[in-house]
Amino acid sequence: MRREPPQRLAHYGPLFFPAGMLTVFFVVPFATMIAVSFFQRQQGGFYTPAFVFDNYARFLSLFFGKVLGFSLFLAVAVAVACVVIGIPFTYLLSRSARKIQIVWLVALLSILSLSEVMIGFAWSTLFSRTAGITNLFVWLGLMAQAQALTPSFGAVMTAMTYQAFPYTVLVLYPALVRLDPTLTEAARTLGASPVKAFLTVVVPALRNTILATLIMVFIFALGSYLLPQLLGRPQHWTLSVLITDQAIYQSNMPFAAAMAVFLVLVSLALVGLALYAGQQRQAK
Amino acid sequence: MSGLNLSHVTKQFGTFTAVNDVSLSVPDGTFVCLLGPSGCGKTTLMRMIAGLDLPTGGSIELAGADITKVPTHKRDLGMVFQSLALFPHLTVGENIAYSLRIRGVAKDVQKKRIDELLAMIHLPGFADRSVAKLSGGQRQRVAIARALAISPKLFLLDEPLSALDAKLREAMQVELRQLQQRLGITTIVVTHDQREAMTMADTVVVMNGGEIRQAAPPVDIYRRPADSFVADFIGQTNLLPVVPDGAGRASVLGEVVEGIALPTGAAKGTLSVRPEDVQLTAPGHGAISGTVTFVRDLGGAIETFVEAGGTQVIAVCSPRNRPDVSVGQSVGIRLDPATSVVLAR
Amino acid sequence: MTALRRLFFVVVGLFLALPLIVVAGVSINARQTLAFPPQGFSLSWYGQIFTNAEWRNALIASLTLAASSALLALLIALPLAWFLWRRIAPWANIFQLLGVAPFTLPPVITALGLLTFWATTGFYGQAWTAVISHGIFFVTLPLVTLSLGFSAIDRSLVEAAATMGADDRVVFRTVVLPLILPYLVSGYAFAFVLSLNEYIVAYMTVGFTVETLPIKIFNALRYGYTPTMAAVTVLFLVIAAVVFGLVARFGDLPKLLGAMSDER
Ligand SMILES: Nc1ncnc2c1ncn2[C@@H]1O[C@H](COP(=O)(O)OP(=O)(O)OP(=O)(O)O)[C@@H](O)[C@H]1O
Ligand SMILES: [Mg+2]
Repeated sequence: MRREPPQRLAHYGPLFFPAGMLTVFFVVPFATMIAVSFFQRQQGGFYTPAFVFDNYARFLSLFFGKVLGFSLFLAVAVAVACVVIGIPFTYLLSRSARKIQIVWLVALLSILSLSEVMIGFAWSTLFSRTAGITNLFVWLGLMAQAQALTPSFGAVMTAMTYQAFPYTVLVLYPALVRLDPTLTEAARTLGASPVKAFLTVVVPALRNTILATLIMVFIFALGSYLLPQLLGRPQHWTLSVLITDQAIYQSNMPFAAAMAVFLVLVSLALVGLALYAGQQRQAK
Repeated sequence: MSGLNLSHVTKQFGTFTAVNDVSLSVPDGTFVCLLGPSGCGKTTLMRMIAGLDLPTGGSIELAGADITKVPTHKRDLGMVFQSLALFPHLTVGENIAYSLRIRGVAKDVQKKRIDELLAMIHLPGFADRSVAKLSGGQRQRVAIARALAISPKLFLLDEPLSALDAKLREAMQVELRQLQQRLGITTIVVTHDQREAMTMADTVVVMNGGEIRQAAPPVDIYRRPADSFVADFIGQTNLLPVVPDGAGRASVLGEVVEGIALPTGAAKGTLSVRPEDVQLTAPGHGAISGTVTFVRDLGGAIETFVEAGGTQVIAVCSPRNRPDVSVGQSVGIRLDPATSVVLAR
Repeated sequence: MTALRRLFFVVVGLFLALPLIVVAGVSINARQTLAFPPQGFSLSWYGQIFTNAEWRNALIASLTLAASSALLALLIALPLAWFLWRRIAPWANIFQLLGVAPFTLPPVITALGLLTFWATTGFYGQAWTAVISHGIFFVTLPLVTLSLGFSAIDRSLVEAAATMGADDRVVFRTVVLPLILPYLVSGYAFAFVLSLNEYIVAYMTVGFTVETLPIKIFNALRYGYTPTMAAVTVLFLVIAAVVFGLVARFGDLPKLLGAMSDER
């Protein structure tokens, strides 16, 4: 039972099904989407093969620029919020008893898997006038009258942070669990307070992890397609929402595809840029 | 030809040669120990014998058949891994019966064999235990029993005892040797403990840098080392330069020693003398002259360090023959040609 | 320090729990109004999920889709992970990358890709296309758990089996499979729960012909509120918690999530 390169055709056997499935149902659809992004749109939701840049040309508008700018801004804001809360939280979690860790992990996984529809519904309920949090404020005497907190930017931002937070913790978790506990202990023996030890030892030691996590959460947040729609105003719509809207309701597949291709390129470019910046800093 | 035959076996990892042109003949029923410093290629050689690695050159024969390219599972081996590799998802009994089970042996036959083997390794009634709950020595025995379940043609063990404490290890060495003699099975053990090799082996194979330096019975390895590496690696030795004097006779540290000659054709050589064969006498009368630099009493033996002609010579004797010397004293050194060996390299 | 930590945990816990508490509250309202604290107590909205034909069909559709697509994801991931572990074939890592990509990219992209694909091939709207779509979309999960599982196998166990006469097939059946079983189960569980909750891919591929529960809730949201939505949300949360709880009970959850073994 030597581990060696496959030699006979039979050795490749196990690869056929997975490779075939991934090629036919992921690579080909992806290519189809790219192709469609160059197609000509016809009336009534149809499109014909062509090679036009019209769909991409539509980006060059103020409206589109605003949407893109807002999408990126929102994703960055969510990523930063999640990482800022997530790092101390995950750090403390990784230093807790195993039982406590498991309970939290189960809870986080459950929330992470919760449908975006349901998260949107839950927050719209919590922000509603009749069943929302403002009723609690009224009861506490902090507010005179219950009111709806949606649609608003704050609602979108809160719900998206809620959605991305478990993801952030799960991305950070492996790195923080493996972090050598003697690092902070050494800092403590040198006279640093726990908070100071955390800020001066843990955070710098994790710089690359933090950067990687920011990128992962950023892409995750870019993918949010329902929360801005359910909890925000039209000016809070993101690229993902617009893509869904164009594909389903406007039946403009070529334009939706062009936006999707653009979204992929933007995500990849930003990831590349961040990685490059990280390397530069490391090289110094 | 029966037995195991390696001819010109070579293994390269990229440009690095881990095993270089190794030829060795192991007659049926022999117990062989592969001995050598860390990284000398012992494990690599054993893995090639087991078929877990393919040689990049040479061939391996077992019982007259070329098995160089035969897959591991068709070689009828028993092998004990350094990590033991007991299956964590199986019980002790299931581990032992594994090779029988995958050969489709009937359940009751398996059961009988498990009981036999458990009796042999002094663990009767352990069949249903989980392997995780065994002690180190017990795990060791289970791994040995598992490897012997089908009465293999060849029994291979890679540092089987290295994880055990010294006491248990010595006991296991004796047990293993007795077991092998009872079963008459051709056995190869990798070790880097020379005591272990000397205790168990019919033939000790000393390796260094991927090559066999000497293959011989333990006594010969100790008494007649083939080269200075073997002499130095096995036990303690004094390696003294041998040069011709003006008359062409062999001289050691400035004195001609009767009965010692340079190997024919060699301009100089090295004399290997075991410390217990070094005699300290009064200076002069043809003895090598030196100065005592250090004496230590190890309880069971007394070691005297003597500086002679820029070389350190160590002499060991039992407390009964305690030499009457102290540091700084001049002494004479006498070497017995019968117990000294002149080495070409 | 411990007080500070506890406070921080409580705050985060409240943030995570609050929307769910409110949803749980409104799900037991006696009347069909959105009100919290609940007015009256009734479990009839939970009953609705099983008695109302529309909700029941959606539940069945969701469970069927999740069960079959998770199985498909496993069938794709297992041979791939095994191959990568068994052979030296660095070029085959491209398939690992392809397997991880759908889950890493914004989901709209995979959804749209599959939509254009099914539309182009003429199968758009058929129920089975959702199974394949979800199978591909969630292949990442079993792939990751299985890769972890394979890397955790001590290779000397496999070599030991070989010296005792086991060929590839026998090794797989008697050594590899028993050892990766926990990873197999958890990979399936992860894919199952996530597929159950998935909206956008299902919606874009079969949204007009099959109504899964997330699609049903979204559609219901647009036509107004019914407490059954809240009941379904709670139900799904409970299913997820039970499944992950079982994974934690019978497997090593911290290790599955990337912590190294036998730590703390
Ligand atoms: N798969 C491999 N790839 C590259 N080099 C290897 C490989 N396996 C072994 N080597 C090298 O071959 C040499 C011999 O290794 P081997 O494991 O046979 O030594 P050893 O004599 O068993 O040592 P030890 O007593 O420490 O177990 C070492 O230098 C090792 O680094
Ligand atoms: Mg070794």
